[in-house]
Amino acid sequence: MKEFSYQRATDVEGAVALLDADPDARYLGGGTNLVDLMKTGVERPGRLVDVRELPLDRIEPTAEGGLRIGATVTNSDLAAHPEVRSRYPALAEAVLAGASGQLRNMATVGGNLLQRTRCPYFTDTSLPCNKRTPGSGCSAATGEHRNGAVLGASAHCVAVHPSDMGVALAAFDAVVSFETAEGSGELPLADFYLPVGDTPHRETALPQGALITAVTLPPAPVAARSRYRKVRERASYAFAIGSAAGALDVADGTVRDVRLAFGAVASHPWRARAAERMLLGQPAGEAAFAAAADAELAAAQVLEQNAYKLPLLRNLVVSLLTELAEEAAR
Amino acid sequence: MTTTAKPRTVGAARTRVEGREKVTGAARYASEQPFEELAHGWLVLSTVARGRVRAVGEEAVRTLPGVLTVLHSGNAPRLTTDFVSLLGPPDPVVALFQHDRVPHLGWPVALVVAETPEQAREAAEALVVEYDEEPHDVAFRAGRPGTYTPEDGSAVAAKGDLEAELASSSVLVDASYTTPEQHHSAMEPHAATARWAEGRLEVLDTNQGTGWVAGDLAQLFSLDASSVRVRSEHIGGAFGSKGVRPHQVGAVMAATVLHRPVRLALTRRQVFAVTGYRSPTAQRVRLGADPDGRLRAFGHEALNLTSTLRPFVETSAVFGRVMYDARAHHTAHRLVGLDMPTPTWMRAPGEAPGSFAVESALDELAERLDMDPIALRARNEPETGPLSGLPFSSRNLLGCFEEGARRFGWAGRDPRPRLRREGRWLLGTGTAAATYPSGAAPSTASVTAEPDGGFTVRISAADVGTGARTALTLVAAEALDVDPERVTVRIGDSDFGQAWVAGGSMGTRSWSLAVVSAAEELRGRLALSDGDIPPEGITARTDTAGLLAELAKKERHSFGAQFAEVAVDVTTGEVRVRRMLGVFAAGRIINPLTARSQLVGGMIWGLSMALHEEAVRDAASGGQVGADFAGYHIAANADVPVIEADWIDDPVPDDPVGVKGIGEIGIVGAAAAISNAVWHATGVRHRDLPLRPDRILQAEETGPGA
Repeated sequence: MKEFSYQRATDVEGAVALLDADPDARYLGGGTNLVDLMKTGVERPGRLVDVRELPLDRIEPTAEGGLRIGATVTNSDLAAHPEVRSRYPALAEAVLAGASGQLRNMATVGGNLLQRTRCPYFTDTSLPCNKRTPGSGCSAATGEHRNGAVLGASAHCVAVHPSDMGVALAAFDAVVSFETAEGSGELPLADFYLPVGDTPHRETALPQGALITAVTLPPAPVAARSRYRKVRERASYAFAIGSAAGALDVADGTVRDVRLAFGAVASHPWRARAAERMLLGQPAGEAAFAAAADAELAAAQVLEQNAYKLPLLRNLVVSLLTELAEEAAR
Repeated sequence: MTTTAKPRTVGAARTRVEGREKVTGAARYASEQPFEELAHGWLVLSTVARGRVRAVGEEAVRTLPGVLTVLHSGNAPRLTTDFVSLLGPPDPVVALFQHDRVPHLGWPVALVVAETPEQAREAAEALVVEYDEEPHDVAFRAGRPGTYTPEDGSAVAAKGDLEAELASSSVLVDASYTTPEQHHSAMEPHAATARWAEGRLEVLDTNQGTGWVAGDLAQLFSLDASSVRVRSEHIGGAFGSKGVRPHQVGAVMAATVLHRPVRLALTRRQVFAVTGYRSPTAQRVRLGADPDGRLRAFGHEALNLTSTLRPFVETSAVFGRVMYDARAHHTAHRLVGLDMPTPTWMRAPGEAPGSFAVESALDELAERLDMDPIALRARNEPETGPLSGLPFSSRNLLGCFEEGARRFGWAGRDPRPRLRREGRWLLGTGTAAATYPSGAAPSTASVTAEPDGGFTVRISAADVGTGARTALTLVAAEALDVDPERVTVRIGDSDFGQAWVAGGSMGTRSWSLAVVSAAEELRGRLALSDGDIPPEGITARTDTAGLLAELAKKERHSFGAQFAEVAVDVTTGEVRVRRMLGVFAAGRIINPLTARSQLVGGMIWGLSMALHEEAVRDAASGGQVGADFAGYHIAANADVPVIEADWIDDPVPDDPVGVKGIGEIGIVGAAAAISNAVWHATGVRHRDLPLRPDRILQAEETGPGA
């Protein structure tokens, strides 16, 4: 292992200054992904700046009626928070669908958004991977890609983003706040992740050295009736092969508001805006739900091994929205 | 004189004698023993699947912090590798650095030794190895060219005219099944520490047989057998993977070169690469039956891969040679040599994949005959060995089915598929038969009567986590007719003499025979003595070779019946096992507590085999994709429902100990029972393991049938 130094930051300014001064430094949150990658040699930082002691561990209501979630809030605390559970239940469900209790106790909200893909070629330093070594090629596109992307991928990379939490955050229009040496900034989650294109190694629009300080959820009454469904290759402790976060507001059998996002289909959590647009004002029902899913998946491009994701996502959408509609009718 | 009720020994539930040490962390495993002057080795594995090592850039890493040496084919000591020992020739991968050829990806090409493991790893990862790469072939599939029949006496077994009997059968099944590459990957990774002390080589290791490993190391390094001592006190799982492997050989090599103790521990990824695996299989089963279900034809051909270095047969087709009789009975193995590591024994080698194919095919036959699957098996119950004609030492398969069916609630089951629904889940039940040989091999043991009234048993047995140490304590206590608290069993030390390994479900039976026989001998000597025990004690030692040679030739096997209930969501492809029941006839059960745990463990592995386990090879590189527990899925706790394992009485009248062994049989048939239940739930036959969501979904999309 490469030797590295470790420093614990006590304030945001100091943490940002350390990163600004050392391009070889990385922020350390729960370490549940970064440390693994350091063990396998995918990441080789010279300095770790531990940000877990920063005063960013609060979940607070915003003036607009949303929630501001500090970047170092642990997954466990996020999922257990009463406001999250009552107002954004799909977010709590998504968090609890990920990892294990031990990992959720360590993992942070900021780190969750920045976690790297679990594409097996990315984590094996002996094999080509454009995301890890730009220009080396994509082993997955022609190799094993059963869990490869079906939306927004390119010939340069077919890896999927592994986050469950991010899928719910995408559905609820989360906004990421960050701090750099030059000052603070904000990025809506929709603009946070960069398109894959021919630069899969460039994953987010965060400026160099930026520290995520919070994720803000705007008020969303529709989110109170929301749900997350995750399908994986075993019952627990595995990344999704397809997941969906959905929220539905139905009045008199008509869709008044709807949110839908997919996981494990793209290089980032996928907001299903085409499906949402199609559903608004339509009668709620299986046929409409299926048509909406099909509309979203119309742009999908499947590879040899991942065509199953289309029926999977379609079925998930129908079953999830049907459950929510039935719930609303009760 | 008052008499007290004698404490029950064999047959009474006992927690492990070393349980407290293990759960408190006091038990030290192979890589945890402190040593002064300890150096640490790190293996470098090839990143190409075929070719030659052109150059090893050792100069650049020798100057890195802490580096002591770099061993590779250009400078390593020569080994003797052309020998045959207790379990056959050594695995080709232990011929460490003996030539520059690379026969598969992950072949050890160098060993870096440094003062700390971190320094060794950093230098190993910095080491540049250049290769002359050659095209490789790792594509395993049925019908591919290059297959051959192995030169192994048991490769083919046949009686009758298969084609003729198939032609005259009124109901036929002809189906192909596949099982993927599977790995043992025990919780404790392989690790060994080697040192020279007073002219002897001492190795602290984690293995399934210290005598086996010591003997092979002596051969490899051309040493006198008595100058090698291997100890393996606690073992965190083995399952067939913990024999002689590169970690011991590398540690001994480096300790010899450096004249100081060297530890070599494998990473999880290295465990996947160099400690063996179960070959994928492609199997074809052909069954022909009369309308009453009686088999006229039984055909089973099984193909597995091996390396280009040595044939290894995954004996899948052996299963039917014991289970079912038919007028024509043909079973055969074929191999294909690929640029892959050499496969090895993995829990229930042969029977695990073989039972999946045959017991699935039986279920398909029952469906076509419109016959209950258990009744079909009862109809084909043989009187004697289907091919050998030998009598069974005991065969209580039908008793297992009877008891299992009663407890599982099989009676009244509607055999028609896809009828039961609970919310989004389709429900189904399935069953399958199980068998595994009950063997024994010559072993030595000694029992010492100590002056303090205690008894010490010494045998180079291995407790790979099964509770063998505790079982032998109970066996010895019964044979000595004393309380188990007075018996100390010492195992895991090659200095205790040759004994069979923890493998093939033969360990407890082989060792029990030796311990009982030594205990009886000791009791005889104590009866003749005047009651005084000298300070060094009185020791009796036996070898069971003669005893075993006198045992009548019979078909000796364990049997079992597996039951499973599953729930399948065909809209997502998710399969959940709701409950499993296994009822076994496995001879005398020594310790019900650990026996149940071992059987349940096997059944969980069967569940994992049915739904999860699969090593995927990357065609381009020839390597395993995602060789870690994130990539190689095993069942998680949430996948494992209530699993019950139990047994029925199964006396073996002519056996001195009546023990049959339970290490393997728990996994046998479990995957078939689950797969048959998935058919019952969905109406779709799945013949390729594992039953992944994408396969369930795909079958739904294309419609049932096939």
